[in-house]
Amino acid sequence: MARSVTTQHKTIATVAAWIVALLIFFPILYTIITSFKSEQEAIQGFSIIPSGTFESYSEVQAQSGYFKFFFNSVLLSVGSTILALLVAIPAAWSMAFSPTKRTKDILMWMLSTKMMPAVAVLFPIYLIFRDTGLLDSRIGLMVMLMLINLPIVVWMLYTYFREIPGEILEAARMDGASLWNEIVYVLTPMAVPGIASTMLLNIILAWNEAFWTIRLTTTEAAPLTAFISSFSSPQGLFWAKLSAASTLAIAPILIMGWFSQKQLVRGLTFGAVK
Amino acid sequence: MATQQTRSLARFMMAPSVVLLLVWMVIPLALTLWFSFQQYNPLNPIRDGFVGLSNYALFYSNPAFLQSILNTLTLVISVLLITVVGGILLALLIDQPMWGQGLVRILVISPFFVMPPVAALVWKNMIMHPQYGVFADIARFFGAQPIDWFGQHPMTAIIIIVAWQWLPFATLILLTALQSLDGEQKEAAEMDGAGFISRFIYLTLPHMSRAITVVILIQTIFLLSVYAEILVTTNGGPGYASTNLPFLVYQKALLEFKIGQASAGGIIAVILANIVAFFAMRAVGKNLDK
Repeated sequence: MARSVTTQHKTIATVAAWIVALLIFFPILYTIITSFKSEQEAIQGFSIIPSGTFESYSEVQAQSGYFKFFFNSVLLSVGSTILALLVAIPAAWSMAFSPTKRTKDILMWMLSTKMMPAVAVLFPIYLIFRDTGLLDSRIGLMVMLMLINLPIVVWMLYTYFREIPGEILEAARMDGASLWNEIVYVLTPMAVPGIASTMLLNIILAWNEAFWTIRLTTTEAAPLTAFISSFSSPQGLFWAKLSAASTLAIAPILIMGWFSQKQLVRGLTFGAVK
Repeated sequence: MATQQTRSLARFMMAPSVVLLLVWMVIPLALTLWFSFQQYNPLNPIRDGFVGLSNYALFYSNPAFLQSILNTLTLVISVLLITVVGGILLALLIDQPMWGQGLVRILVISPFFVMPPVAALVWKNMIMHPQYGVFADIARFFGAQPIDWFGQHPMTAIIIIVAWQWLPFATLILLTALQSLDGEQKEAAEMDGAGFISRFIYLTLPHMSRAITVVILIQTIFLLSVYAEILVTTNGGPGYASTNLPFLVYQKALLEFKIGQASAGGIIAVILANIVAFFAMRAVGKNLDK
């Protein structure tokens, strides 16, 4: 008796959850399907079975040089993440291992800088970039992305480092380990998983950043966000092409995202939800 | 024991982050503040210099201004409501025993990883297009007139798109919180005859309160500055119907080159964000102390 109720319950939950999940996923699924249609098919009304042409994919590359934008996205997201880690690791480290009365205030202040609306500084930044020749340069944008994600990176690393037990450090010190040895042989191996998670999440955030990457680039440094935005102009309906470009733009990060669900929760909730 | 030496080392290690963030915050903001009191058009070499508060007055008297603040708040509040309520319901559903839970989670979380221009353009063209969109197909199937989403209900359309992007985030966070709920507590409550509703109100909801606070804080940060979704769909229109504060400032600064007014708008955006941040940070600070 009890068992049949559970099975029934499970069946209902399964069906309901799958329906909702498929509805939520539908726009992405439909984009992937449309990317294998011809332009003609794409606007011929609803259909979920494409003719299976790869035409749009080759066109996206041939007409607009997709890979240049893809390459910029990779460079900007990975580059800015590495820069942010270089700056943030020492900070998070010292806050986690030698906290002072002000550590908490500093962390809160860092988070509050994230609250500053980007538009408020749009023009000064635009001006500074223009006058220093950083407009449409990869270096400039990399620094920009590093700055906007720095608070989250520091926070995330801090919550990971804080969990490394301090006694281990003391034990190493007792054994006469120098500060350098302590860092290289004791702390680093324990910190690597946290750093890797932070890196993963930050690459995702930087890949999808869509304000500065659109406003501070034109052609040379433009990543996929800027490339896709150029499809918003109303001339012509190139849906198959848009779908192919979109699929290519989201695929790598979508797959990375699937593997980083846990880190995402931890990172974006500052360790408050695990 | 923290010695003098380790303390100064700690300061030295923190310096780069603190200095960078300080510089990044102070210099551009100071420039914006300065420009907000200036008459300045980069296309026009004649500068009138200091104009007092007139930029603020101009920005304020612009009918688009009130509309944009209203739109900003509408967007933030609507999306928060949809995602928090929807997220709780979805988390409760996915938390049930079922087949293929892992896959369901993957499908539900996916929209969060879609970059904003892609999300907005896919919805605009393939889903909400008044002629060829899936919604139009469905409407015609039922013999109804397809809705011109971006022409007639631009804010609703943008709210739907943004909510679609953030619902997965809320669901994932709340689901994680839900799964850390002690099973024994739940069983005990069940034994004591607590029904589903009272279990939810007295046990589950309090347990999730911290996660809900964090979801609200994080989403507010991002929702106050929604930009790309508006840029690629309505471009703020029709008229100013879907212009939020960030979009209005962008228009003033980079399209109309009214730097003084744009800067005044930027400062107002900072004040607005600070008011919201004040409450959000207090709530989070309190919650994180526990």
